[in-house]
Amino acid sequence: MRLFLHQLRGEQLLYWRSRESAFFTFMLPILFFVLLASVYGGDRIEGVKGSRYLLAGMLGYGVVATAFAGLAIGVVVDRENGVLKRVRATPLPPWLYIASLLASTLLVYTIEAVTLIVLGRLLFHIAVPHHLFSLALALLLGALAFAGMGMGLTAAIRTAEGSSAAVNAVYLPMAFISGSFFSPHSFPRFLRAIADVLPLTYFIRLLRDITLRGHEIWTRPGSVAVVAAWGLAGVIAALRGFRWEPREG
Amino acid sequence: MPAVVTVADVHKSYGSQEALRGIDFEIEGGEVFGVLGPNGAGKTTAVEILEGYRRRDAGEVSVLGQDPERAGSAWRERIGVVLQSSAMYATLTVSESLRLFAGYYRRSRDVGEVVRLIGLEEKRDARVRTLSGGQKRRLDLGLALVGDPELLFLDEPTTGFDPAARRAAWETIRSLRSLGKTILLTTHYLDEAEQLADRVAVLREGRIVALGTPAELTGAAPATEIRYRRDGEEVVVETDEPTRVLHELTSQALAEGFELEGLEVRRPTLEEIYLTLTLDES
Repeated sequence: MRLFLHQLRGEQLLYWRSRESAFFTFMLPILFFVLLASVYGGDRIEGVKGSRYLLAGMLGYGVVATAFAGLAIGVVVDRENGVLKRVRATPLPPWLYIASLLASTLLVYTIEAVTLIVLGRLLFHIAVPHHLFSLALALLLGALAFAGMGMGLTAAIRTAEGSSAAVNAVYLPMAFISGSFFSPHSFPRFLRAIADVLPLTYFIRLLRDITLRGHEIWTRPGSVAVVAAWGLAGVIAALRGFRWEPREG
Repeated sequence: MPAVVTVADVHKSYGSQEALRGIDFEIEGGEVFGVLGPNGAGKTTAVEILEGYRRRDAGEVSVLGQDPERAGSAWRERIGVVLQSSAMYATLTVSESLRLFAGYYRRSRDVGEVVRLIGLEEKRDARVRTLSGGQKRRLDLGLALVGDPELLFLDEPTTGFDPAARRAAWETIRSLRSLGKTILLTTHYLDEAEQLADRVAVLREGRIVALGTPAELTGAAPATEIRYRRDGEEVVVETDEPTRVLHELTSQALAEGFELEGLEVRRPTLEEIYLTLTLDES
């Protein structure tokens, strides 16, 4: 436990020290929320106030930004630097390293989600969502599933320089197509066809069902199953391909 | 006292390429053991097998009484590793990096003491990314020392250093030796092996081609060389009896009243032996 807390503190220090990761993964969802809500927050989308609709999308976008993109980029950079290899030579057990990294990511995302909800309340008068327990469970499910996918993706990325590019190329279009920023109902048919296979689509749908339509997480098993299945696929890819060492020069 | 490291007939291939073709050696407690060889000779492969990073294809390895392939956290408490290229978090400061790694060990050295040992007192609050290459390398060493290991692996610790920085690093390594640490050092610098190592294994194409103290390695080599010029002609005499030959030469020169111009008596250096061992075919 002492070792876990020590490593968690280390991971937190590393996360907030790295300005790029803190900006792109933590600040960007908050910035997009404030900007987009200022633009169309007063409109009505699918029968609810635009800013409320957007908040659910931004909570989903925040998960992919922190748990998926931030985690994957951070792991690849540390791996290609050789830091992971070096940590392997210390008594810190590998599972404890991974557990601390996940806990650190969850902590960052928790701060993000609370910030979004509080900002929504203060700036756009969005009521704090009902069914907070279901929402918290859904966010935890999403964070773990996307962290699994992020770890799986690290196996496919070869260089530290390429990591931001590769991760951004995956997650920014996904966030757009899955309807983080706008209602997917206005999208052309081919985009909706792509959206139908993306995990983020189901995750955001789950969040909207809980925050806008009064559902609980357990009344939406279909969305839960798709998100969990993608997360599991990520974990399997990570178990097969996760590397501690940089590519041989 | 049992050997700290035992390596017996270890083989390792990457695909069809044989990196190690059966190497044997032992390292005693408190010894600085040098593994010397050109790039591609198998030095890093050998060290990484001992550190537990690579699996050997065949042979027996024991490090601190355990097989590195199966050793766990308790074993890692006792070793320190400096990898061939610097590896650390760029955004942390020197003392933050050391504190982070110190926390991984049950019994760690005082961070301030390590900072002094590696000579980075003035940089203790500097971010790692602002350090020079040599300073990073010293921090690398500090990170390996912070767990107070019994056995230290240093893979080319001074490659890329300027001469002053190398001498400083040598002093640090000597002081570690005097603390009783066992050290395995790889290098492709002969003078480094000669200066630091109690014993040296010369590795070439995955085989150990020579092993012994620097003195034994030079002693095993053939003759002493006596060179001088007479009437502008260079004369070279190779002999196993340098005292007698030199005496005869100087007596003759005195008696006949000529000068042995540019007289030189030299033992072959480790460098010449090394070049003979690593370059000559057959």
